[in-house]
This record gives sequence, C-alpha cells and structure tokens, in this order.
Amino acid sequence: MLEKSLKEIHEALLKKEITSAELIKESLNKSHEIQAKYNAFVTILDNAKPTDVTGEIVSGIPFGVKDNYSTKDVLSTGSSNTLKNYVPFFNATVVENLFNKGAIMVNKTVMDEFGMGGTGTTGHTGKVLNPWDKKRMCAGSSAGSACAVASGVYPYALGSDTGDSIRKPAAFCGIVGYKPTYGLLSRYGLFPFASSLDHCGVLTRSVEDAAIVVDAVKGKDPKDMTSWDSKNINLTASLDNDIKGKKLFYIKEIVDIENYPHASAELKEHLANFQEKIALFRKNGLIIEEVSINKDLLNAIPAVYVVLSCAEATSNMSNLTGIIFGPRSNKTNINEMIRDHRTLGFSPLIKRRFVIGSYVLQKENQERYFKNAQRVRRLIVDEMKKLFKEYDGLILPVSSGPAKLLEQNDDVIDENTNVLEEHLQIGNFGGFPSITIPDGFVNNLPVGLNITGNCYEDAKVLNIAYKLEELMPYKNQIAREVEK
Amino acid sequence: MKKQIAIIGLEMHCELKSNSKVFSPACNNYAEVPNSNIAPLDMAFPGTLPTVNKKSVADALKMSIALNCEQPDYLIFDRKNYYYPDLPKGYQITQMASPIGIKGKIEIEVNDKLVPVYIHDIHLEEDSASLDHYFDTSTIDYNRSGVPLLELVTEPCLHSAEEAVAFLEYMRDVYKYCDVSEADTKKGQIRCDVNVSIMDEDATTLGTRVEIKNVNSFKGVYDTINYEIKRQTELKEAGRYNEVEQETRRWDEESMTTIHMRSKVDAIDYKYFVEPNIPKFKITPEWLESLKKEIPRLHLERKYDYINNYGLSSYDAGVLVKEKAISDYFEECLKIGIDAKTACNWITTQILGYLNKENKTINEFNFTPNKLKELTDLIKNNTISSKQAKDIFNEVVINNKEIKDFINNDNAQVNDRDALIQIIDEIINNSPNQVEAYQNGKTNLFDYFVGQVMKNTKGKANPVLTKEILNEKLGK
Repeated sequence: MLEKSLKEIHEALLKKEITSAELIKESLNKSHEIQAKYNAFVTILDNAKPTDVTGEIVSGIPFGVKDNYSTKDVLSTGSSNTLKNYVPFFNATVVENLFNKGAIMVNKTVMDEFGMGGTGTTGHTGKVLNPWDKKRMCAGSSAGSACAVASGVYPYALGSDTGDSIRKPAAFCGIVGYKPTYGLLSRYGLFPFASSLDHCGVLTRSVEDAAIVVDAVKGKDPKDMTSWDSKNINLTASLDNDIKGKKLFYIKEIVDIENYPHASAELKEHLANFQEKIALFRKNGLIIEEVSINKDLLNAIPAVYVVLSCAEATSNMSNLTGIIFGPRSNKTNINEMIRDHRTLGFSPLIKRRFVIGSYVLQKENQERYFKNAQRVRRLIVDEMKKLFKEYDGLILPVSSGPAKLLEQNDDVIDENTNVLEEHLQIGNFGGFPSITIPDGFVNNLPVGLNITGNCYEDAKVLNIAYKLEELMPYKNQIAREVEK
Repeated sequence: MKKQIAIIGLEMHCELKSNSKVFSPACNNYAEVPNSNIAPLDMAFPGTLPTVNKKSVADALKMSIALNCEQPDYLIFDRKNYYYPDLPKGYQITQMASPIGIKGKIEIEVNDKLVPVYIHDIHLEEDSASLDHYFDTSTIDYNRSGVPLLELVTEPCLHSAEEAVAFLEYMRDVYKYCDVSEADTKKGQIRCDVNVSIMDEDATTLGTRVEIKNVNSFKGVYDTINYEIKRQTELKEAGRYNEVEQETRRWDEESMTTIHMRSKVDAIDYKYFVEPNIPKFKITPEWLESLKKEIPRLHLERKYDYINNYGLSSYDAGVLVKEKAISDYFEECLKIGIDAKTACNWITTQILGYLNKENKTINEFNFTPNKLKELTDLIKNNTISSKQAKDIFNEVVINNKEIKDFINNDNAQVNDRDALIQIIDEIINNSPNQVEAYQNGKTNLFDYFVGQVMKNTKGKANPVLTKEILNEKLGK
C-alpha cells in the first residue's frame, strides 16, 4: 500500500480498506528491511502511534524525516557525532505542521553530516547505499530520505537542500525532489548549514504528492522571519492548469555534448536522453529554447557556493561546543573542552569546510573571497531573473549521469563536468523553486531532469513538472535492484 | 616634559526595557533565579532562529534620534563570531556595517559649562549570558542571554574622568527620560569599556590607545581613567612611553589598578558578516517621524528653560529635572497656573522631602498638581497661611483627606470683616489705658492690639484685615 500515491492511500484509509496502524506496521517492517540493506536510517520509531484519518490527505499516513530536523523527544543527530545523543524538546515547524495534520513520523533518515556533503556517505552511522544498485551512492545530503521513498517505505520524506541536497539524491534514486521558493517553508528547527542557502523540501514519487505535502506544511511562521505568507497559493489545485505555450530554456554551455570532449558513455547517454525528452515536450506543446550564458559566470558557480556555504556553516555550527548539548568533553578547561568536542566530533570533511569558511571570512580575505562570492551570486541571480522574465522556467539534466559508484566518490569533481554537477546551486543562490523528476534510465539506472522557475512561482513550476511527468512513464516508480 | 592631555573614548552598553528579549520570546526581566527566563534560542539549540523585537528597534531608533545621529535606510544585523562560554551561539547578533545611528553629537554640562560629545555610532545587539566563577567551577546563567543591549560608542573626544562620568550620567538620564531602560548600574544594566591615551598638549597625533574592558560602575570609570592617565604619564615622564602598548586591559576593583588582558597582536578577528536569518527591514521616514514625537523634551533643555524663562536657580532647576516624572509634575503645575517659584519651592522642599522620607516615587503620590494649585491659591488669597498650608499638605498626603475639609472647619482663617470688627471693638473697650497711651504717641502698642486679636481668634484672624481694622478704629 505504501508504494501508492498519497491520494490513493488516503482513499483506502477513508474506505477503511486499510488502517493507519496497518500502514505503520508495513512502514516499520519495510524500514527495518531497508535499514539492513541500505543503511538509510538513524532512528526507526517502532513505537509510532496511529492517528485518526481526517480530511487531511496526510492524516494517518507514515512519513520520514531527515535527521537534521529537530524532532521533540526523538534523537536528532544531523548524522554527526557532535549531536549523537541529542534529543530535542521541540519540533521543527514543518514537522509540527505535519503532526498537526495527523501525519505519522516513522523514522529519521541518514544524511551527510549536517548536510555538508553530496554523497550520502559521511553520516556518523555510515554510508547509505543506492536501492537500485548497492555499489552506488544515493547522492546527498538527503540520502536516507531519497533511499526510503524510492524503496516504498512511505510516500514521502522531508529533506533539506543547500546546494542540491534534495534534488540530486532524488535523481539518483529515480524519484521527485522539490525545494520550494526560499521562505515558503519555515526553517525553524532545521539544523542550519548555510542559512541563506538552506531550504526545507520534500522527496516523493510524484509531483502531485510533492504539492500535497508542501501545501500541508507551508506558511508564514512567526519563528522564521524569512518565511512569508502563502495563503493564496494552493499548489495541488494548480497542477491541472494548461501548460501549452509555456516557455522553458536550457543552457547551451551545460547541455551541449560538444562541451565534453572526454564524455563518458553514461554522460553521452544522459544528455541524449535529455534531448529526446526535450523533443517529446516540444511535440506536446511546450516551447523550449536554447540559451547561451557567459561561461565564466557558470564556471564560478561551484566556487561561489563553496565560499558562501562554508562561511555561513562555520558560523552556524559554532554552537556545537558540547557545553549545552552533545557529548561534553571531560577536559576541565573550557577552551580545551570546546576543542576536544569539535576535534573528535566532526569528520575531516567538515573540518576542511570550517577552515575554508574561516579563511574567507578573515578580515584580510573577506573582500577578495566572501564579498566577491556574494557579488557573483548576485550576478548569477540577476542573470536568471532576467531570463525568467522571458521564460517560465529553466530545464536542465541533473548531474552527469546516474548514481555514481561508491568507490569513485571521495567528493572528487571531474573538472569537465563541474558545472553540470553543480548547476542546481543556482536554485539556492536565488531561492528559486526547483524540482527534479525522473526522466529515464541510463545504464539501467534512473536519471533525472530539473525545472527551476522564478521566486514565488512554485505553482507554475510544479504545474509544468506535473505535465512533463505525465508524458513520461516514471511516475511513482519504486526502486528495484538491477542485476549487473 | 610638556603638559599632557588625556584623550578618552567610551563604549557604553545599556540594557533596554522590553517584554521579551531582542531576538527571542523569553521574558526580559532581571531575575534572581538563574536560568528562569530562557527560550531555546538563548541557549542556541540547533535550528532556532532569531526574530527581531520591534519595540527594541523602536527604542534604539529613539536613542539614535535623541543623540542627533543619522539613521540608516534599512535595519541590518551582523554576526560577530567568537567562542566564549557566555556566548551560546558562538556569535553575537549585532550591528557593524550599518548601525542604527552614526555621526551623532550632543552637548553635556560639565561644571556648569557645555561640552560637546561626538557619537561615533549607536547600535542594537544582544547581551551575553552571565558567568560566575567559583574555586574550581564556573556557572552560566542564560537569563541575560539575548537581553536587548544598546551600545553607544563615542569619538575620542573626552578629556577627563569628570567629563567621562558627566557624559555617562547624562546618558543614563536620557535613557531614563526616554523610558527605554532602567539604566541601573547596580543591576549591571550599564557597562562600559574605556579607551585612554595621552599626548603632548600641542601634539597633532594621538598617543597609544589603551582599552580597558568591562568597567561596571561610574565610579569605576572615574578611577580607571585617572589610574590610566597616571600610569601612562608616569611611564612617559620616565622616558618609557614605548612600554605603553596598544592593548586591552581590565579594571581590577580590589587593587584599584588596570591589568593586562591581551595585546593588539592577539586581537580577535570577529569575521563579521550579515545575519542571514533576518531580512533587511526598511526604516521609513514616517516611522522615524512618529518615533521622534515619542521622545520627550530632555533634561538639559528643560533645565535651561526653567532657569532662563522661569527665573529658577541652576540648583533648583537641576533638582527638578533629575527625574522626568518630577519635571513633568513641575511642568503640569506651570500649565495649570501655579507660579513657577511657588511650585518649585513646594516640590523641592515639601514634596521631595516627603517622597524621600517615605521612599516613594511621584507616581505613587496622591497630591496632584491640581491639589497643589488649590492649596497655593488659598495662600495667595489669604484664606490660609503658609504654615497652615504645610499642615494641610501633611494631612492630605498622609491621611488622604481633602483640602476643603480643613477650610470649612476651625482651621480656616477668620476673614469675616464684621466678626473681626466685633472682636476688635470688644478689645478696645476693655483696654482704655492702652488706647489712650497709643493715641498719645506710643505707637509700638499697635502690636499689642494685633496680639490680642490673634489670641482671641487662636491665631486665625487674617493679619492684613486685622491691621486694617485696627488702624481704622485706633486712628493714626
């Protein structure tokens, strides 16, 4: 039952074909199975309680939560040793909103430590494996959430997205990943990575489910000053609008195979598949044009992201000293306590980011690195906003192919495909609504495409994604391990 | 050695009054019980976010206006990053790039002279937690964490401990007048950092600046400055001025000395950047205009008004403006037509005397300006004497009686002309010898007749009327 869509499950609950308790049992059984196979969870809530089925579609239905959401009385680690025993006493706003509508949290999902990674392999409880192929990664940082939704543990899970942490794992796991406009969802209770780039969002198996969940959790939150009133937005109701004549663009410098002289077979197949789908969408009434953007600007994306995200991260995580929460060092001097906690607690990858963050914020470096990164961020966003005046959205393939092999990872970036791997960060720079949907298979593994639109145009972006999804046969697909 | 002058700059931190803290919903109240006023943000629990207290922003803007500062177009906060156990987030939310006020100027009074003080900036920030150190442990109280704090930074424009303390006292009164802070140093609501350097009288470049942190009383500021001036001057005199280094020191109250904390080379790089969780907020001219209207006339302006336009002495005017509520009381008296000097005398003697004795504030005081008017009018039209008025004042204030209760009864002055004539006739008839002597030129006997009338009326005869009738009856 949990492999079905939210509406289908809701109908079944209303018709009493199944009960909330039965759904929980199914979800928990599946959780343990998936945990054993792919290591997707930090915590499985075996004592999850059923709720009444109401008019709310999410009522009575289990869901998963990335472990960087604060959940009352439930361990919330951010997949870090620094918070390995931290049990918060308050819920993140979006979690609270789901609870208020009767949704049932059944597990907390593994992530890259504090969201600072793109592989799903750096959490303190170990690597998350891809449910399509255990030799491959889920990508990250919302790895456990993507793995669990793709495996049919529940119809949706909460994720968070600072660079592409929802939208890339969604592509690698063959599902939908949606990061709404900055501030549509409250970030209160989300452990911060880089506040100006952090977004809450969802991983689902259909655009409709993504719309339903975000409709259920969105809204202005007095606890988050960057959230805004969205009472007049109903994403679910907007899905059926006609999209004939809607104009999308893709970026030549990212999509054109000519840019990749040493392209792997997977990359070639991935880009060819993307062009096939573009042709299909055009045939169905969409206008899709190729746009050229200054390559220097595009090439700057990863550097801008590293500078800004590391700078904010080093400040945001200065509260992790072990004095108030997290395992406290047994050193007696306060400075040694802090140093001990942070040295032992953080993985080398994170410490590297802190060093970068501190370096770019130092007085003598700030102008050259941090301030310039902010300026380039502005240039990139302005360029996109200019294009969004003419186009309804940007359509691009996600990553350079399907999920990568775990052995190859180590966060090594092939310079050639740099921008192709990192362009989703544009969505974070501008706070743009951005959604990934599956668009085919390469090497028998799922690949995805992404649609990004202008701020506050979530309904339009989802509406387009919904129609494109209908044109392709990948809606609601469940991961199945491929024989290699 | 040439004559040395001291150059002093101050950083004054003042906690603001508000219902909740500046970025969290916890109560902003001085509390005896540690860790009783805290919200999750005040302890930096992961995922908590700041929300700006608009009242604190309004109060900060008011002070910015009161100090004649320029206000920015947008409200923007910055993070000041450093590790310290009293700073749970690992950064303080403050204002660096765009403070709520810059380039201000005010005039203060030092020894009856006006001295200009230039304000570098004034900015809104959050207070840290407070630490208590014991033999082998330290405790952290987060009640203070997130309390709205206004930091005022002067230019290095002050030249003596007297000026510095006069400025601090002036500012304390401004905070109180504007009702933005209790400004109580005993509760640690005002804390100062002091910058001191010395230079040759005719020099054009400043000497080496020494910063002394966390001086928590005005007396401490006074002592610190004088100690530093002396220390630096003595080193200079001894030809060892190079030993005065650019450093941060602290005031040690016990030894009455300053002690080295850290050198300039060890200065912390605070890695400031804009707080991303607080969207920038437009400060509209309309908002500033309405805030301006909420700022009362300040004490120094009032003082000069009282001296120049109402003929009060500098001393009396100073007493009246010390507290805004007293000054407001005085101005209410003027408004309803009590003579300024009369009102001043009543307030500075009777009223303040009573309030001080009873340890009460004027807001807890039942004797309104209207009652004072009633009472002083009775003196003016000779219904009662000043002495009677004071007695009535005490009765009204202490026993909550009405003024008219005393006028209708036996306390009232005898103003009835016919009644007095009757009494005086009787006295004259009974004193033929004295009348004769008086009429024969022994004019000092006039007082004898007045005395008789007073005796007869138990002192309540209107003295002016009495004299008038006696003159008529006895003839000149």
